[in-house]
Amino acid sequence: MSYKQRIDNRGFDETRPIEAKVGVIKRADGSAMFRIGNTLAYAAVYGPRNLHPKFMQDPQTGILRCNYNMMPFSSSGERVRPGGSRRSKEISLVTEKALLPVLNLEDYPNSVVDVFIELPETEAGSRCAGICAASMALADAGLDMRDLVSAVSVGRVDDKMVVDLDYSEESYPDGPVADIPVAMMPGSGKITLLQMDGEVSKEQLKEALEMAKKACLQIYEVQKKALKEKYHEVE
Amino acid sequence: MSGITVNEKDIAVPGEVLGTGMDILPGMGTYREGDRIMAGRLGLVMLEGRTIKLIPMSGRYMPKIGDTIICKVIDVGFNGWRLDTNSAYSAMLSMKDATSDFIARGANLTQYYDLGEHIVCKIANVTSQKLIDVTMKGPGLRKLKGGRIIEVSTHKVPRIIGKQGSMVMMIKDATQCNITVGQNGLVWIEGSPVNEMRAINAIRKIEKESHLSGLTEKIKSFLETSQQVN
Repeated sequence: MSYKQRIDNRGFDETRPIEAKVGVIKRADGSAMFRIGNTLAYAAVYGPRNLHPKFMQDPQTGILRCNYNMMPFSSSGERVRPGGSRRSKEISLVTEKALLPVLNLEDYPNSVVDVFIELPETEAGSRCAGICAASMALADAGLDMRDLVSAVSVGRVDDKMVVDLDYSEESYPDGPVADIPVAMMPGSGKITLLQMDGEVSKEQLKEALEMAKKACLQIYEVQKKALKEKYHEVE
Repeated sequence: MSGITVNEKDIAVPGEVLGTGMDILPGMGTYREGDRIMAGRLGLVMLEGRTIKLIPMSGRYMPKIGDTIICKVIDVGFNGWRLDTNSAYSAMLSMKDATSDFIARGANLTQYYDLGEHIVCKIANVTSQKLIDVTMKGPGLRKLKGGRIIEVSTHKVPRIIGKQGSMVMMIKDATQCNITVGQNGLVWIEGSPVNEMRAINAIRKIEKESHLSGLTEKIKSFLETSQQVN
């Protein structure tokens, strides 16, 4: 049996509807909202600010600290147990690694830039939504950045490669599924995050990365527009 | 293809291509990659001949030598005070830079500046590791008594001050308030409560509309109308 039509009638290379807004949290130095389908991420950036505990301070550069958190009521299934978990710790770490290549924190020795990503509503692709929101929030906070970071998950459902899997596809019962979150710097096309859960062939992976690249460029346009809109509002 | 691909006063986002060609030069906030000039931060595009630079629109304060800032005393030590500068780094005010009075060994330093008090001071030195030394020696540097302190974006401070202090003078005259603007984004305002609120509203308006032209006229009419209300 093959996967002929996506469950929500999207094209195979089509993402869910995307929406983005910058400056949503007034007290933060930078903030952004990113929604893709039913997945919603808010990111708030504080800093550069004084870093404690002191042993974490690096005299050569500032550090980036990310925190990914799914709210208890966010999941479409069971209640998420509040607080950190093995999963949230891992995603916080990969988010940090995905964002670091674009940031230049050398001008802020011994300090920290804190990024808090909160997800009030999730339905697959939450780490990618988090990274997109965080990269916009970092730009809004006025930090030195070489580029933005755009992220999307691609994958395999049965015999087809698809972009931006939703929950029904991630848990597709009638065939093998692979989920590949990808983050990239759209300016240079360099990849900053690549994970995979499942099995794909070499050719399929290549195809998936090409699809991810295209989707990231679309997401980049949305991010760019949102950042520019913040300052056009007054005019 | 060679040339500048953006217009003056456009808003550029990180990674955006601003121009192509080796004859165009990267200014503040931009960098060169191959023959392209890219935006290195979020900012307002300014063109100066062949140079493209970006004026930052947001971000925390970065301490700079010679800046006059408003600080809060957060600790009192043996030979000086530690100050919160509203940035990632705290500043040190040593006894000899604070006053020319004779201070006996072991004297209680809180009689000069106590914890929680705000002072206007000037940055004397900043090291590569962002250790900051400040001084109280200079005109207008003092302890702040009374009034209230508000926080504004540090990149909007030049607009609040205006050319040769014209904007802040206008607010002072219209509201009869004493105002001191720190480069670190803290503004001290002292006057009658109603006038303080008028001054704050005017400053908030400047902050919101700082990147638009004709600001002085707008603020002038804003101050006049707020006067009629009171």
